[in-house]
Parts: sequence; structure tokens; C-alpha cells
Amino acid sequence: MSTTVEAATAIRPFEVEITEEALADLRRRIAATQWPEKETVGDSSQGVPLALVQELARYWATDYDWRKVEAQLHALPQFMTEIDGLDIHFIHVKSPHEHALPLIVNHGWPGSIIEQLKIIGRLTDPTAHGGTAADAFDVVIPSMPGYGFSGKPTSTGWGPERMGRAWAELMNRLGYTNYVAQGGDWGAFVVDQMGLQAPAGLLAIHTNYAGAVPADVYEVLLAGGPAPSGLSAEERRAFEQLDTTFKQKVAYAKYMAARPQTLYGIADSPVGLAAWLLDHDDGGGQPAAEVVAALERTTSATGELTRDEILDNITLFWLTNTGVSASRLYWEYKGGFWDAKGVSIPVAVSVFPREAYQPPRSWAERAYPNLIYFNEVEKGGHFAAWEQPQLFSAEVRAAFKSLR
Amino acid sequence: MSRVETATDIRTFTVDIPDEAIEDLHRRITTTRWPTGELVDDTSQGVQSKLLQELARYWGAEYDFTRLESRLNDLPQFTTEIDGLDIHFIHVKSRHDDALPLIITHGWPGSIIEMLEVIGPLTDPTAHGGSAEDAFDLVIPSIPGYGFSEMPSEVGWDSAGIARAWAELMQRLGYTRYVAQGGDQGAGVTDAMGRQAPDGLLGVHFNFLDAAPKELLMAALNLRLAFSGEEREELSKVIAIFMRGYIAEMGEHPQTIGYSLVDSPIGLAAWMLDHDADSYDKISRAFLEGQPSGNLTRDHVLDNITLYWLTGTGASTSRLYWETGRASKAALKDPPPHVRIPVAYTVFPGELFQAPRHWVKHAYHNLIYYNEAAKGGHFAAWEEPEVFAQEMRAAFESLRDEGSSS
Repeated sequence: MSTTVEAATAIRPFEVEITEEALADLRRRIAATQWPEKETVGDSSQGVPLALVQELARYWATDYDWRKVEAQLHALPQFMTEIDGLDIHFIHVKSPHEHALPLIVNHGWPGSIIEQLKIIGRLTDPTAHGGTAADAFDVVIPSMPGYGFSGKPTSTGWGPERMGRAWAELMNRLGYTNYVAQGGDWGAFVVDQMGLQAPAGLLAIHTNYAGAVPADVYEVLLAGGPAPSGLSAEERRAFEQLDTTFKQKVAYAKYMAARPQTLYGIADSPVGLAAWLLDHDDGGGQPAAEVVAALERTTSATGELTRDEILDNITLFWLTNTGVSASRLYWEYKGGFWDAKGVSIPVAVSVFPREAYQPPRSWAERAYPNLIYFNEVEKGGHFAAWEQPQLFSAEVRAAFKSLR
Repeated sequence: MSRVETATDIRTFTVDIPDEAIEDLHRRITTTRWPTGELVDDTSQGVQSKLLQELARYWGAEYDFTRLESRLNDLPQFTTEIDGLDIHFIHVKSRHDDALPLIITHGWPGSIIEMLEVIGPLTDPTAHGGSAEDAFDLVIPSIPGYGFSEMPSEVGWDSAGIARAWAELMQRLGYTRYVAQGGDQGAGVTDAMGRQAPDGLLGVHFNFLDAAPKELLMAALNLRLAFSGEEREELSKVIAIFMRGYIAEMGEHPQTIGYSLVDSPIGLAAWMLDHDADSYDKISRAFLEGQPSGNLTRDHVLDNITLYWLTGTGASTSRLYWETGRASKAALKDPPPHVRIPVAYTVFPGELFQAPRHWVKHAYHNLIYYNEAAKGGHFAAWEEPEVFAQEMRAAFESLRDEGSSS
């Protein structure tokens, strides 16, 4: 009896093992893709353009090498532990510095742990990256249930609320009694939930996707506008960004919220999956302008997002066959998207200029009465940690400085 | 001069599917990579794994891939270029004099396959319990981007554009007096024909209310229920259509979902099955319990999906929603003229919503016929061809004299 319990809560080392056969099957499927005709417009207003997907697929099937990112993953301490009946995969890197602040970082959709790889060194080993020992973090990066190497839920209920509780259990199990949490996209919803649950030991959260819209304004957004009177210029801009997003940019989200299972095609077609995952917006466009720019970038000395990294993430979705299981998160969630949730613990907010919306400080202060940090960053978009790991890491250091 | 004549020529058409295309389809079906199953024991997360796996099994192991070609090639098929696109259509003339010409427009996820079983009853009524006076000449075109019609390469092929092409088609066929019919997206096209009222169009029939009263639609979109009784129930069904998500996805980004639909036959099949609860339940019973509803059999369902697959039209068919969505927004600012020609309407009990007579009357003042059919759903002609044919006869009966005397 006691051995079973011990086995379930045990933390087991984990290594990624992808067979050559799986990679060959992927390449074969890409090469055998049956393509649709070109869109009938000259822009991305009908979705991800044919030329973009075809060029990406050509590279994916020929020169792209999954083994490179696999080697990166092998170099990281990865673990598996069962929480609430499900195997949770996570990266756990301890800082060489004493008194490092434990931090759990939560990815979103269409992301994964791949988004976070470049911040690990910067956060755990700051002295090697222009910081001081006092900036050090112990970093925990879990894969959300249904994503990457975590187990796929077989029953309903794994929404952000449950994930928040699971992350608290994970930090607890790792022996962390004082820690902080960070998230963007779905990760931001999870850390907002953690903020609401306020588990023992959680000192503060940092979000780069703040749920900050006041309730009355959010109601107007849901009803389709027009903008309420009395908004400042910044607030009006944020309102308009979200209004456009609601009306024109979230069909993918509506679909996954309604019928995730019907997306059989993204489990069967690598190119169908790639297109689906690319169809996420940022402030510069849909597909995200920063991602489109990355597709042209073959290498980056400064850590900016590259084509290989975009494919690392898509390939991870493919190899783990998580296109549909990841989509179910939208079905699970019945709450609001950018509305203030009522988090009263300390909160830090970073605003990235190419994110889908820039929450004004005035809204952040109302949404998070215990706002300990608010900053508008100079560069970066929806996938901030992935796109601008240096700036993102600096934000995380600054955000939590006062809590050490 | 000769080039112009060539373009407007009506050319006979024969379906010719290469063996390699069938082999490739078969290979893809049998090597499908499946996701994990839904987490619920109902349809609330989408198409259920057990249905789709049985469909895949039947499609790969039992379905006769030569059916599609032989069924279509038994019929007189043609193509003609209209407005720069090759339009494919079935054209069956009745052997009876004074047959009333009728153009029927399919919708999504349908095709000409939906209409094959109504051809006999409509063109040859005496062999199907009707009289010679019930006869129709039938024209069944494929919407651009559907089946064997050409895919548009430019924007603008919305309902109004298609409606203009149909009027040209009927004129080119020499019909000076005719009627038109449509459900689903075909109702949108037929509604546009009614508004354009081209010379010769005597009346139209709908089995779907595309022109739902604007105030109802706005209420539906804003998720506000300010109505009572029967209306509240029907309105909640209208809302449910939009909540299924496919209209949003195909309306916004048809290209994005298109990649999956032309590369994965099972992805395509799932997308097409997930249209509405009534037809889903019926198709599910056909595959899982061997109990099809009417003519909605396994083979007929797969004929339609196979047609979409072999023509590679997953993206181009979806794009119609992008076009009609854009046109609907434009129409809010610049409404098209009212329909003044006679309108007939049939409510089928399994349709997405059962438009009350006063909704229909509100949209179409010149309502000459309104009837609630005893059975049939969204794919009325497909599921219940005899009932549908009977509705056509009754709906247009009063227009026949007008047609022949003028």
C-alpha cells in the first residue's frame, strides 16, 4: 500500500526518446502532403498563406534536424511525477547559487517547454549572463497536461484551476516552501488561478498576458462594443486591440473550445498541424509577425527566435501527438480571457509591445491591487520568453527583486 | 470571336478518376494517425472516435470506390465557362412537355451528391407517384470551388456572384421561365437570385432560412435572448449553429483549416460530419447501428466525402464561408433589395431550426407556400428525396400556369 503511494508521488528522471522510425514517418508524410490551392487574397486574411507553409514544409522534410533540440533537452534535468492521477513532465534546473528563488514557468498554446529553453541559463546562472548571484532562480518548467511529454487527460476537468493546484503540489513535492510563478498565454491563466488559490509558499506571480480588463469594460467587449466613454487614450487603445481580437482573430480558439475532437486532421497531417499552430496572432499580425520574422531567421547570436525553434515546437506537438489533447484546454475553460480575476497576492506585470494587447498600468493597478511591478518592455511579442529571452529574463529578475 | 464562342460553349463532362488517386486515398485512410479519444461519452467535444473509426474501417475495407464515377457518369453532365470559371452541372430534361425548369443549389458540406435521388421523382414524376403536370427539367450545378466546378482564384464568388452565374447558366440553356431552389448555402445563393430577380425567374423555394430577420440574428450573435415561447427555442437553435465554431473558422481562416482537409481524408470526414446534431445522429446510426435515416446511407455519405477528397476541395469549399461572411457584413451597411418574386418555404423537422411562418413572412413578403414536412433534416433532398420532390411539386404548382401562359 505504502509502496504504491510512494511510487505514484515519486519523482522519476525522464529522457526524451524519439525513434528514427517516428522521424522517418514524419518526413514521409510531409513529402506526401496533398496541398490546397493558393488562398484567393494577397495577404493572410484567409489564414496562413500557402507559400509560407510550403516553404516551411520543404525545410522541415529536408534539412530540419530534430536531434539538435533533442540533445538540448537531454542536457537538461527532466523528470516525471504523477499528480492528481496524471504523469506530469517537467524540467527542473537548480541554480549553483544559494538562496536562489524557486520559479515555476508555465507555457501556453500553441507553445510548450520549447518556449522556455533559452531563459533557463539566464535565470539559473545569472553571473554567466550579465547578472549577479542575487538574481538567481531555481527553475521548474512543467508541460501542461495534454501537452508535450505530460500525460494526456482521459477524463474532463484539467482546466487552469486544476493545473494551478497541480503546480502548487509539484513545488511542494520538490520541497519548495517559498516560490514564485510566471506565465504567458494559457500560462498566465494558470498563474492567475494560482494567485486566486494562493497556496502556502506562493509569494507572487508574474504575468506577460495580464488579465486586467475591468469587469464593466469586459462586458462591453463581449457584447461587441462600442468602446465605453471615459477611457483614457491607452485604455481605449487596449479596448480596440481586444475588440479586433474578439471579432477577427480567435476563430481557432472558438473552434477548439467547441469541437476539439473534430480536429482529427491535425493528428494525421503534419502540415495541417503546422498551419493550425501557426495561426495565432500577435500585435503585428496573424500568424504572429514575430513568428513570421523568425521563419526568415536561420541563426541568432542574441537568442532571437529562429526557424528551427519554430519547428522544434511544432515537431514536439507532432511527435507526442498532442494536437487534439492540447486543444481540449480551450474546451475545459469556461472563464473569461482578459478580464480581471481578483488576484490579491503580489503580482508583477510585463507588457510586451508586440503582444496582442498592451494592458495599461491603470487597468493593471485595478486588476491587481497588490501590483509590485509594472513595466513596458522595448521589444517582444506573444511568445516573449522565446522571442526575447534576454529581455524576458531581465523582466523576471526585476519583477521579483523586492520579494527576495 | 471564336474564342468567345468556345468559352460559352456547353461541353459534355465525364468523371474520370485515376486509379492512383483511389490508391492514394485508400493508403491514407488505412495509415491514419489517430488522436486520443474524446474525454466525454457524448458528442460535446466533437465527432466521436467510435463513429469515425467505423467510418474509416468501412471506407477503407468495404466502400466501392467506383461508385462515385459510375453514379455520376450515368447522368448527363456538362461544363461551361461563366465569369471566367468552368461550372460543372447535371442537366436532366423531363420527357414531359411543359416541364418546369428548376435549378437546385447544394450547400456545405454537401454537393451535387445530395440531389441525385431527387432527379427521378422530379423529372419523371409518373414513375414516382406523380402526374405529368408535376414534371421538372432539372439543372444541378456545383458551386465554384465544389466538386467538379473550377476553384475561384480571386475573391468575389459570394452568394450574389454565384446567383448571377446561375441566371446566366439558365439563360444559356435556353430557359426563359424557371424556378430555383436551395437549402444551406444554396439558400443563400437562391435568396440572392430572388433579390436580383433575373428575367425568367418565376419564384424560389427554400428549405433553410438564410435571410433570418436581422434583429433575430443580431440578438443571436449577441447571445441575448429577448424572445419568448417558440421563438426562444428556435433562436437558441440558431445560436447553437454559431456556437459550433465551424462557421467562425471557415469564415475567418478557411486556408488554415484547408491544409488538414486536403491532406487527411479522416480529418476531412470528421470536419464534414460535424455540421449539425440531427444529421450527425442519423449518420452515426447508419454507421454504428446499420440503421440509416431514409437515403442517408453509409455509401451516400461516403460518396459525398469521397467527392470532396478526390477533387481536393477542402479549402475551396470552406472559402465560401469567408466570402459569404464578408458579403453579410457589407450587406449590413448596404442592404440588398427585398425579394419581391414569389417565395415558397418548407420546414423540415430535423433542420437546424424550424423557422416559424412569421419569420419567413418577415423575410419574404410574397410567401406563396409554407409547409411543415413530416420528415427530413438539414439534407432534406438527400435524406428524404420523395418528400422533398413532393414539396417541390406543391411549392411551384401555382407558378406553372404563369410559366406556360406568358
